[in-house]
Amino acid sequence: MKLLTVNFLTCAVKTCKTSSESYPLHFRDAQLEQNPQTFNPLFIRNILSRLDWSALTTTANELGLTAMLPDHNPADDMMVDSEGATEEEKNRAKDNVISEEVLKKLHTFLVDTAVIEGKLVCGNCGFEYPIKEGVGNFLLPPHLV
Amino acid sequence: MSRPEDLLPPDLFYNDTESAKYTTSSRIRQIQASMTHRALELLDLRQPAFVLDCGCGSGLSGEILSQQGHTWVGMDISPSMLDIALQRQQTRPEQTMRTRNGHTNGNHELNGSDELDDNEDEDDDDDNDDDEEDQMEEDLTSSTLGPDGDLMLLDLGQGLPFRPGSFDAAISISALQWLCNIESTHNPTQQTAESRLRRFFDTLYVALKRGGKAVIQFYPRNETQRKMISSAAVRAGFGAGLLEDDGGTKNVKYYLVLSVGGGDITGVVRGMDNVDVEDGRAIREARGGLKGTPKKGSKAWVMSKKEKMKAKGKVVKGDSKYTARSRGPKF
Repeated sequence: MKLLTVNFLTCAVKTCKTSSESYPLHFRDAQLEQNPQTFNPLFIRNILSRLDWSALTTTANELGLTAMLPDHNPADDMMVDSEGATEEEKNRAKDNVISEEVLKKLHTFLVDTAVIEGKLVCGNCGFEYPIKEGVGNFLLPPHLV
Repeated sequence: MSRPEDLLPPDLFYNDTESAKYTTSSRIRQIQASMTHRALELLDLRQPAFVLDCGCGSGLSGEILSQQGHTWVGMDISPSMLDIALQRQQTRPEQTMRTRNGHTNGNHELNGSDELDDNEDEDDDDDNDDDEEDQMEEDLTSSTLGPDGDLMLLDLGQGLPFRPGSFDAAISISALQWLCNIESTHNPTQQTAESRLRRFFDTLYVALKRGGKAVIQFYPRNETQRKMISSAAVRAGFGAGLLEDDGGTKNVKYYLVLSVGGGDITGVVRGMDNVDVEDGRAIREARGGLKGTPKKGSKAWVMSKKEKMKAKGKVVKGDSKYTARSRGPKF
């Protein structure tokens, strides 16, 4: 499972949908793998605003990869409060394109890094989703459907 | 035409041998590829997108998504299919090299073991597609290759575990008809097909971002099943349209085009050749004038009232040519 995908995953159990604890899922006994993929700066730029940064930070902490991640979402720099911002500030924000270097770093973290063995655990119900050979098993047992 | 859905649940039907057969058959690969291209055409993605592949199988459709530079997440209920998908991804660097060398025949050379190529006896859901035109002519070489897809083992009927607004788009190629048979090993409570479809579409609606689109290709068994699937999508809140390719022939393909945020779906096919738009809303409106209760005050309405009263045993004036006729001006 790529860390990018994990940032969008919640617990599949129906009763967990309403709980804030069910997101993000927590890693346990995770085994990492680096698998270089084609770098696509446009895609990273598109996906940035949709990432949940606090969840991403939690994941990075659990895997001990904090060094790979900037401490805040670079997309936030691009946004300026519409009220109170001068014309000059807005222009600066427009010019402030996220550098290739930062995007590359994010690409390595989000797309290249994958968990190949381990478990994803829901913080609410405690259900464990096993990951084997990089494939997450999200089939639910009958009593949880 | 035999349907594999009738034989076994999907996770059991697509065992190791069946999955290998499915993936190496050049005919199925070609059909899957042309349908994926059609779906992508309908999605009209301008930028590298984050795409969900529902029922990805061995990643035949995902491979094309990667070729177009999209990042995708695939899910399937058959472990054997996912296993093949993994193997294919691990050997991909070599494959892409081969695709680059001679791409016109790309779908034949991708896999080394094509000995099942000429096996025409497979009872597969694609059996009616023999004369499919080759749409693989598109240039696959120049596009930037997207990353490998992420795979998940999942039953679509249990719903998708994604937080709101995750994906730009979703595709599903020849998968949804499997959801209509309830004899799944992961459905011990025997939930109805409707409730499983509803669960799928509701969670899909949530998982897509606003303005996102989904194209779902499926093989409905009959009219009833087609309606059941489309109405489940509409009920979830999607703006929906059904595109029929080769309608009326045995090669007919149904693409359910869905958009989050509802609205008019007919814009999707604008500018495409050989597509007639048949607006269901207009048809229903026209029919509504004929069916249903007659307009209050009309002759039909008066007659139906009289009929009802007569049935109750009340004394009702006989019908004549003056019944429900308005009186003329007094002077």
